[in-house]
Amino acid sequence: MTIPSDTIPHESTQRRRETDWDNTTDSAGPIKGARVAITGGTSGLGLALVRELLRRGARVAFVARTHERVEGVAREHRGAHGIVGDISAKDDIYPIAVQVVGELGGLDVLINNASDLGPVPLAMLSDTACEDLERAFATNVIGPFRLTKALMGALAASAREGCGAVVLNISSNAAVTPYPGWGAYGASKAALHHLSRIWGEEHAADGVRFLSLDPGDMDTPMHAAAVPDADPTTLKHPETSASELADAIAHALPRRGASGAPSTTVPELEGVIR
Amino acid sequence: MIAADMAVQRPPNAKLLVVDARGRIGHAPRAAFVEFLRHGDLVIANDAATLPASLQGVHAETGAPVEVRLAGRHSLRPEVVGCFRAVVFGEGDFHTRTEDRTAPPPIAAGDRLILGPLRATVERLLGHPRLVSLLFDGTSDGIWAGLARHGRPIQYAHVPAPLALWDVWTRIAGPPVAFEPPSAGFALDWHALAAMRERGAEFETITHAAGISSTGDEELDRLLPFDEFYRIPETTALAVSRARGRGGRVVAVGTSVVRALEHAATGDGHVRAGEGLATQHIGPASRLRVVDAILSGTHEPGTSHYELLRAFLDDATLQRTSAELDARGYRTHEFGDSVLIERVRQQAS
Repeated sequence: MTIPSDTIPHESTQRRRETDWDNTTDSAGPIKGARVAITGGTSGLGLALVRELLRRGARVAFVARTHERVEGVAREHRGAHGIVGDISAKDDIYPIAVQVVGELGGLDVLINNASDLGPVPLAMLSDTACEDLERAFATNVIGPFRLTKALMGALAASAREGCGAVVLNISSNAAVTPYPGWGAYGASKAALHHLSRIWGEEHAADGVRFLSLDPGDMDTPMHAAAVPDADPTTLKHPETSASELADAIAHALPRRGASGAPSTTVPELEGVIR
Repeated sequence: MIAADMAVQRPPNAKLLVVDARGRIGHAPRAAFVEFLRHGDLVIANDAATLPASLQGVHAETGAPVEVRLAGRHSLRPEVVGCFRAVVFGEGDFHTRTEDRTAPPPIAAGDRLILGPLRATVERLLGHPRLVSLLFDGTSDGIWAGLARHGRPIQYAHVPAPLALWDVWTRIAGPPVAFEPPSAGFALDWHALAAMRERGAEFETITHAAGISSTGDEELDRLLPFDEFYRIPETTALAVSRARGRGGRVVAVGTSVVRALEHAATGDGHVRAGEGLATQHIGPASRLRVVDAILSGTHEPGTSHYELLRAFLDDATLQRTSAELDARGYRTHEFGDSVLIERVRQQAS
């Protein structure tokens, strides 16, 4: 049978499952070629995730609010697509979604990482301004809800095509433990955690996996804002957490073809929430 | 028919007219369309998301205001986003009916258009004073950002309120490559997909860069639909073969799906996976090789969508269908009611 001239083999919007993985390590395999979007990608854990996933061969788009910082990170990380947007703003969500799926040609992994601490310095709930609580929920709950909903079509399409689909929501120990002073953050992360669990149930049959994971206490700008006098030597490097989270994503993606060794271990995460 | 003038994708009172393979006509609430599927059927929808393809700006040479409606691309590849086919209108916006819109200023190859943050050069005219090939300045990421921020969904005067992207993205929307929404897919939601699964029907998608439905110019409208890129995933092609093997029906959600699947048909009812350029116009003379039924919006005679339905039904049945749609107050256009039409079996007629 002849192939008509207008049928063009197309690689850039279609991930190759049958790739030869010879040059990749075991942990890099499932993520190589995956199309990943990361919110809050210009500092702390988000920036570490951008670097870790690029290192493992993912195609990465990251979102952050500040134009200059997005440009700076995009300049330093060739191949990463920088998107300016505020996930807490309703009108930014679809422009972000257009750019994510437009630039990557599809989406396999969404990492809802951008977070708002609530009042700084931390405050008891009854001392918390309503506006601070609302901002924490807008960034930590409503924003991920809107963005995930807008991108669900792309994620489910990836799952149908056998590439898998994972939504990783960055959670916290504060989502389950009632630490005094962490009310706005903890309550919003608890809501995000529960969204993840319900979404996971509802979309299991569509092949979209939801992870809600606690990266641990890290040496990041957010932790410094929350606990200014913390001893950094007692905190995890965000790079360590990013590597563990990437392992968890790799584990949740489908196994590769016969040429690659499947990952078989469940990653051990500090204070993991499942 | 009555124009649906509210941007509600799944109004609770949406209606469905059903024509079965023997040409019998029935009516149901559209929310119940899954009940017309059988175990083993395969439903295929277009997962294209809609680009914000309407760009307001000025024609640099004359300073005249223009609206550019992007209408076609040379590829579906994410990085090939610099060149578009586009229709240019003069001053005004969707509040004026497309056919009443003013003509653009005289446009020549090499002219510059300033479209918000985007800058573009008219590469050439495409045989008509409104139809041009545009080259955007900048990187592909910069162009995506400019489109995402400055563009608005293409819309028409029959919906008076401005449309947001969430009004025109289907629940299953993925790659933003359609210029107008694949609106038959408005009928679908995640609950409906779960109901299909429970019924034993499969669901797959293709991506088809659905083009614009009207240019406001009779001469141009006769050329519609323009050539449209599509991509058929391997999994979808395999699902078609599986459905064929078990005697299930292939149900296309929307005319764009019919156009892509039939373009990729191999002659024995299977389809080729991969990317292609749908160039054919489907009409009464077309022989459908893949699609057994279509879930679609309601379409009025004279449109390319209506012509496509003539491949499913003989003219007498289609005329009875149109009369029923009118008599029962069905609403038309993107946010209107739906029809589910099964191809009339030759042996049954």
